[in-house]
Amino acid sequence: MPRIATTASGHDIWGTIGARIGLIRSRYRVAPGLYAVGTPGLDSAVLVTANYKLSFDALRFQLSGINAWLLVIDTRGINVWCAAGKGTFSTEEVILSVNRYQVAQVVNHRELVVPQLAATGVAAQEVKRQCGFRVLFGPIRAADLPAYLAHGKQCDEAMRTVTFFLPERAVLIPVELFLLAKPLLVILVLAFLLSGISPTVFSLTLALNRGLMLMAATALGIAGGAVLMPLMLPWLPFRQFWLKGLLPGLVAAACSVLLFAPRIVLTEKIAMGLWVVTISSYLAMNFTGSTPFTSPSGVEYEMRRGIPMQIGVTCLAVFLWAASPFW
Amino acid sequence: MHGYRYIDGTATLRVDRQRCVGCGNCTLVCPHRIFALSDQGLEVRDPDLCMECGACAKNCPVQAIAVSPGVGCAVAILSAWANRIVGRKIFSDCC
Repeated sequence: MPRIATTASGHDIWGTIGARIGLIRSRYRVAPGLYAVGTPGLDSAVLVTANYKLSFDALRFQLSGINAWLLVIDTRGINVWCAAGKGTFSTEEVILSVNRYQVAQVVNHRELVVPQLAATGVAAQEVKRQCGFRVLFGPIRAADLPAYLAHGKQCDEAMRTVTFFLPERAVLIPVELFLLAKPLLVILVLAFLLSGISPTVFSLTLALNRGLMLMAATALGIAGGAVLMPLMLPWLPFRQFWLKGLLPGLVAAACSVLLFAPRIVLTEKIAMGLWVVTISSYLAMNFTGSTPFTSPSGVEYEMRRGIPMQIGVTCLAVFLWAASPFW
Repeated sequence: MHGYRYIDGTATLRVDRQRCVGCGNCTLVCPHRIFALSDQGLEVRDPDLCMECGACAKNCPVQAIAVSPGVGCAVAILSAWANRIVGRKIFSDCC
């Protein structure tokens, strides 16, 4: 039986940074199985979690001084809530793991403490029926587990309510930026090609000068939609996210147009402004997937309105930018 | 949830109060605390706070709750649209 530490090593800290910036996020896993925390006995609680290492760490680092069993189930390296939503943190996987790792052999009781957010994928009554273990939905945050265990496995309302405070939003920004690396490369190529179109068919000077300006403007748009927007989320006007991205987008657009004002003509300024606002709006819309309060019906509703608008404005911006050298 | 509200009138949550047996599972698992159980039966306090995670319906022993569950993620929905257009699964979402 592997016994696990409840404090972070240097390796864990580097791993957390790597996962948070996105570098190793998709393969940051621990082996599924039954682990011991402290010196658990026949009456110790069985805590169930996902095999994404950030989830596993978030849990074990809260358990110093506690004796418990940790049942890590195979969620394909995905965190608890996403895995539950996508069917890998499931009733079947819990039952399978209880049987495979012979949990009934190490404890006298028949209870599993499952994170509340796994309830999306785990039907408590089915687990009970099929393997005899009663599912107790524990607190949302691992930080509340010591209090939960100390108070006879009872949660208060705060422990059962999701939050989305500034630090919780800020920590998501690096991954959002990392995921943009590939699309950004495509935009880079297109920006240079588009910027070089001139009365002489193609001008390399124009391509470099205007292409660089367009990339800088794009970077500002990303700062608006993927940095400023998440930080300011609760204070931005509108409910729909593509609209929430407009205000940070306008700030970014103003910055980029002012920055390059001496070097571009009016139509280029308009094109640049429209493009920057659109990027911000699109990235703001993408941030729906990172929040704990947007419903799929709502997201689809706003996408049907936002995306046609974003495509239309992008076309207009592309046309104005490409046509500017001709007048 | 501390000032966060999403688009009103879009959530697909439906509750059949006649069928409810008052077990309280939904009041326990909802991450937005929208259910309340009283002498009058099950009450949905604020349906517009529902994010359609589906935890309530999944843990209802008598199917008194219906919701079309999913993840409210634009990238996931966009991938699904794109996959439907090309007819096979070539785009995956981020998590």
